[in-house]
Amino acid sequence: MRDGLGAIQRVLLLGGNSEIGLATVKELAKAGRLSHAFLAVRSVESGEVSKQRLLTEIPGLNVTILHFDAQDPSTFQPMLDSAFADGAIDCVISAFGLLGNDVSPLEDVVGVERLIQVNYTAAVISGTLVVQRFRDQGHGSLVVLSSVAAERSRYDNYVYASTKAGVDSWSSGLSDALKGTGIDVIVVRPGFVHTKMTEGLPVAPLATTPEEVGVVIVEAIRQRKPLVWAPKTVRPLMSALRHLPRPVFQAVAKKAGN
Amino acid sequence: MIEAQRRVISGWGRTSPILASVAQPDLVDNVGSIVRNSSRIVARGLGRSYGDAAQVGGGLTLDTTHLDRILSFDPISGVVEVEAGVSLDHLIRMLAPRGWFVPVTPGTRYVTVGGAIASDVHGKNHHAVGSFGQHVGELTLVTADGSLQTASATSNERTFWATIGGMGLTGVILRAKIQLSAVPSAKIMATTQRSGDLDSLMSDMSAIDADVPYSVAWVDTTTRGKRFGRGLISHGDFAEKSDIPANVNPFDLGLPDSVEIPVNLPAVTLNRATVAAFNELWFRKAPKRASPMLTSLADFFHPLDMVGRWNRIYGRPGFVQYQFVVPDDGAELIGKSIRAISATGGASFLTVLKRFGPANEAPMSFPMEGWTLALDIPARIDGLDRVLDKLDEKIAEVGGRVYLSKDARLRPELLSTMYPRLGQWQEARRELDPAGTFTSDLATRLGI
Repeated sequence: MRDGLGAIQRVLLLGGNSEIGLATVKELAKAGRLSHAFLAVRSVESGEVSKQRLLTEIPGLNVTILHFDAQDPSTFQPMLDSAFADGAIDCVISAFGLLGNDVSPLEDVVGVERLIQVNYTAAVISGTLVVQRFRDQGHGSLVVLSSVAAERSRYDNYVYASTKAGVDSWSSGLSDALKGTGIDVIVVRPGFVHTKMTEGLPVAPLATTPEEVGVVIVEAIRQRKPLVWAPKTVRPLMSALRHLPRPVFQAVAKKAGN
Repeated sequence: MIEAQRRVISGWGRTSPILASVAQPDLVDNVGSIVRNSSRIVARGLGRSYGDAAQVGGGLTLDTTHLDRILSFDPISGVVEVEAGVSLDHLIRMLAPRGWFVPVTPGTRYVTVGGAIASDVHGKNHHAVGSFGQHVGELTLVTADGSLQTASATSNERTFWATIGGMGLTGVILRAKIQLSAVPSAKIMATTQRSGDLDSLMSDMSAIDADVPYSVAWVDTTTRGKRFGRGLISHGDFAEKSDIPANVNPFDLGLPDSVEIPVNLPAVTLNRATVAAFNELWFRKAPKRASPMLTSLADFFHPLDMVGRWNRIYGRPGFVQYQFVVPDDGAELIGKSIRAISATGGASFLTVLKRFGPANEAPMSFPMEGWTLALDIPARIDGLDRVLDKLDEKIAEVGGRVYLSKDARLRPELLSTMYPRLGQWQEARRELDPAGTFTSDLATRLGI
């Protein structure tokens, strides 16, 4: 159960190898109540590494690896059946996704479709199934990882940005629809986060770490905030960028990309 | 079959809202079939437990408030038999004018008899008469298979004591016989006296308790230095007819209509400054020289009931009531806990101190000989979780415990230290309910 001060006992991480997701699980454990983490991963072997990492850092935690493939919707329900089988899941972190830097948006149609399938379709469908289960158990927090890119797309990331804009829009509306029901949907918009996914990419201003994003997410879970930025300072930055005249924004984006 | 409604419910502290299935039967005869058809169920009365004791996510919450008939009353012995959903408010309104009062009342009249038993509630007279369960003659319980069991302190004792303070986890209490107290009037001869600091407050209180049946202290947690922990002791007893002026009806209850907080106030309404200002006024309102005054039942026992839905003053994030008891040799934790809460920047709006008499036979009953302190703290306070976790450890170390009917956040590992008879209670519960049909969010959270 979630306790009265927002501490979590059982968490499910969709994208069980996500660095932001794992950092969030570690941050959740600091309240001393976390007893069980479920890691939903595409390859069970790779999940084993994440499991061992959690076990060394959070003594006494039960960790279960579940098979989940964002490109194969038939894996969603069996994965959720196992996770919810022996008790309530207080929090689900939807952290899987592709950056798609290897996808050439006008040449690689298959790659574009894969980005849409994983980042948008799978996020919305798995999220819907999770909220159905939250309704049955009466409570739960769904954390959806969006991106600052959801706010304004650039010439060099617009496929990714559009998937995040879609999932961001879906979760924001869902969050409002569920207000006051004991079920929270929390949209997280991180800026540039140093992870293996972003390794080698040009670093954007106000770059942050998975650990810092984890702190922001756990605070949002506790306070039932519908929308958070990580780091918090990226919010006014994006607010300014969003209102820049198009040519100026293009120039800024090009400069940041080089 | 009774249709269950889906709606959002929470405890009085409003920290743990859930979307629940709630069934509200009108007849006790329907309870058995509801229980038989449920795999996870808990009874709920008027929802005055603060945390998550009277709700069960993913199961059925059985609202008992329509099971509210007074079944019989014997004006010779003062024994009343009621259905579990009868409120103390109802009992007081019906029977106080006839010279009978509930044996124990908590700080609100708006609790049901079933809830009072399941929480084994205490009142201002704990040092004199013990807790509510000690005045229950017999109770009738619907157990997990839907059958009825009656239990009392002399027959089926194990079930009886497991149900007293059992948080509703042994079954649904259907009916109970309560021994009322004969009273000479429905007025209190009450004294409010000031104590300038915590040490004098505690020693004054110990001295007073030898002479009066009802006593409680309000503590100002916003003062520092020489005035740290100053407070007011409110004590008294039912007024004799000779104390009451001829133009006053001694059995007029004078229960006021309450005003209601209409909406959630902004969470910042209660902050250190507003609480300190209120406390200053409240302290000064008490006369410098204490003398007994004729007081209404409501003013003496249930001052907060005058404001309906007062829990809304904490805003949407809600609040935690942290109530613990420590034996006398852990009494320094009273001052320490007030200091620790103050250090978070949170101000406890209502802080209540009382001396308890001895514990009873119920393994999960909260009261035990020593000091109990209850603090109301806004849940939004940063770092509150860690401060309370540390206090829990110190309280457990000295043999004290927190009150489960108030709890929303205890670490499960400490439960068996705080309630050393937990194992004995669990055994009795297993026998009554081997499949664990009776459960609650509190039970799940604490792993019991």
